[in-house]
Amino acid sequence: MGKFSKALFMLIAITALVFTAACGGGSSDSKSGGKGKEVKVGVISWLNGSGASYGEAITNGLKLANKEINDKGDVKIKLITEDSAGKKDQAKSAAEKLINSENVSAIIGPTLSTEMQVVGPTADSSGIPIIGTSTTAKGIPQIGDYVFRNSIPEEQAIPASIKAAKEKYKAKKVAILYGNDDVFTKSGYDVMKDEAKKQGLQVTTTEKFQQGQADYKAQLTKIKSTKPDMILCSALYNEGAVIMDQARKMGIDVPFVGGNGFNSPQVIDIAGDAANGLIVATPWFAGKDDQKVKDFVKKYKDKYGKDPDQFAAQAYDALYVLAAAIERAGSDDPDAIRDELAKTKDFKGILGTMSFDKEGDIVMKPTVLIIKDGKFQEFK
Amino acid sequence: MVWEQLINGITLGSIYAVVALGYTLVFGVLGIINMAHGSIFMFGAFMGVVATSTFGLPLPVAFLVAVVVSGALGFLLELLALRPLRGKKGVSHLAPLISTIGVSIFLENLAHQLFGAGNKPFRTSFSEVSFQVGSITIYAVQIVIFIIAVLLMIGLSFWLSKTKAGRALRASAEDLDAASLLGVNTKKMITMTVIIASVMGGIAGILVGMAFNSVTPQMGLSMGLKGLAIIILGGMGNVRGAMAGGLILGLSETLVVMFGESGYRDAIAFMAIIVILLVRPQGIFGSSTEARR
Repeated sequence: MGKFSKALFMLIAITALVFTAACGGGSSDSKSGGKGKEVKVGVISWLNGSGASYGEAITNGLKLANKEINDKGDVKIKLITEDSAGKKDQAKSAAEKLINSENVSAIIGPTLSTEMQVVGPTADSSGIPIIGTSTTAKGIPQIGDYVFRNSIPEEQAIPASIKAAKEKYKAKKVAILYGNDDVFTKSGYDVMKDEAKKQGLQVTTTEKFQQGQADYKAQLTKIKSTKPDMILCSALYNEGAVIMDQARKMGIDVPFVGGNGFNSPQVIDIAGDAANGLIVATPWFAGKDDQKVKDFVKKYKDKYGKDPDQFAAQAYDALYVLAAAIERAGSDDPDAIRDELAKTKDFKGILGTMSFDKEGDIVMKPTVLIIKDGKFQEFK
Repeated sequence: MVWEQLINGITLGSIYAVVALGYTLVFGVLGIINMAHGSIFMFGAFMGVVATSTFGLPLPVAFLVAVVVSGALGFLLELLALRPLRGKKGVSHLAPLISTIGVSIFLENLAHQLFGAGNKPFRTSFSEVSFQVGSITIYAVQIVIFIIAVLLMIGLSFWLSKTKAGRALRASAEDLDAASLLGVNTKKMITMTVIIASVMGGIAGILVGMAFNSVTPQMGLSMGLKGLAIIILGGMGNVRGAMAGGLILGLSETLVVMFGESGYRDAIAFMAIIVILLVRPQGIFGSSTEARR
């Protein structure tokens, strides 16, 4: 061995030693903590690109909850936020980073169901509990024991709204329009199709679109010619609002029944009067006569300058549910937190009364809303 | 419904054509694929939103604002991203392509910061004006868009073939060095080309806002890719080709929806382009002999 390689060998050996020591120290420090210690919670959210507005609402809701929880002081939570950019691979590497180098005790997110299908198994196999706050596609909590969600699944929300709309408008014929390049909107479509069949509605035509499209006139012209009594539309609000605007301008004035992602005050901002007649079933209603809800809306508006949507509200509640589980677990051990999360029952949040079923899915009653006179109102 | 769909297709096609006109002009003169074109188009659209919705200015003023801002962006693009790379030894011929990609990413992020994520509404009462011909509803916006597209094409063709500046530009397109030796100020011609192309992009942006009420920071990329497909289809650097290619793409996208498969809208449109190029590799209006660089 030459002088140089000897020195190099020494250097590597020392670095390795220091590194192992640091890691060992770090993990014993973070795993053995109990009450009063800061618990690290990872957040994976869509913060850049076309869906950044969803991630923005989610992280705003989380930050608000985080501050309140830490101020109260029963548990201390430190949020470590990573961007997924709405992409599966980026969401997965964000999760790996949070689990392996940040040693988080739990994860909140990611934004899309598509992303959760990749991130969920990663967290589950690492034994880190993960809560989806906006992942409403079918099969999410079934990914594993450590996967939960507090967003109401489309199989609960959509049938409620279709049923209410059908009864009110005595609808017989419906047209369906959906985004076919996204797991969430596609799964919303599957529910709509099944539900239409179950309720004896005749489907006049089924049209598709892709995320970020600008021109929906061709599809809408076709829908218009089939004269439906209402339109079932599975879209995220960015696309959905533009679809409604173009539809109204073309003289399509029948009601729209949307899925969960369509439910946002942004629809009214983007589409204006054209948004009137949108019916959605939702866990979140900002106009609810409940002090907790009123406080949240006021605080959110003061801080971020706009009304909170369901993405913000679900994220806010998710952190509170998690904080309660951490408090009961009395430690930052992921397994203990998972077990306490699973026991969540009749938790009173701003969404309503929530419990997790045995698979980790949320159980709660949705409210059916309609946009009327430019604002969301209860649909009666 | 058939007629309404055809009108939808022509509207969409006209917008594609205006986007492609700007593309094809820069390619014709500089031999550069300008990937920042889509982002400048997006900025034009946002200028329309800012002028009409935020400041409540009338539509013609919005056009003016978009023209000025996108023209200025074109000037900066040429000055900062293209000129430094031109005529230098050792610069790859792909370098300008990469630098325009850089500019496009920068502009997209800038728009995200300035205007926020998500769709912005483009509200003008004009977009609701419509009239009935038999059972067909035609919107004033659709006619205006078509007329603007045709006027831009005629104006550009006229300018290129009949005016002195246009001739200088074509000379520059033929051979930069020779044109320069013959007394053409090629530096000025190039700057002018990029500015005119960007202005067209800006105008196309406003047209999209008017027609579809959908303006997002991400709209530039897909429009840019379509513009690229169109100029390849029409024959690189060819004005009439850009117009025809735009209309073909717009109509085929609409017809795909009409005859059934809305899910394959983009895919089938691009398949059509591939098929046409297999039959006529130089593009519809491209010359078969290699005249351009």
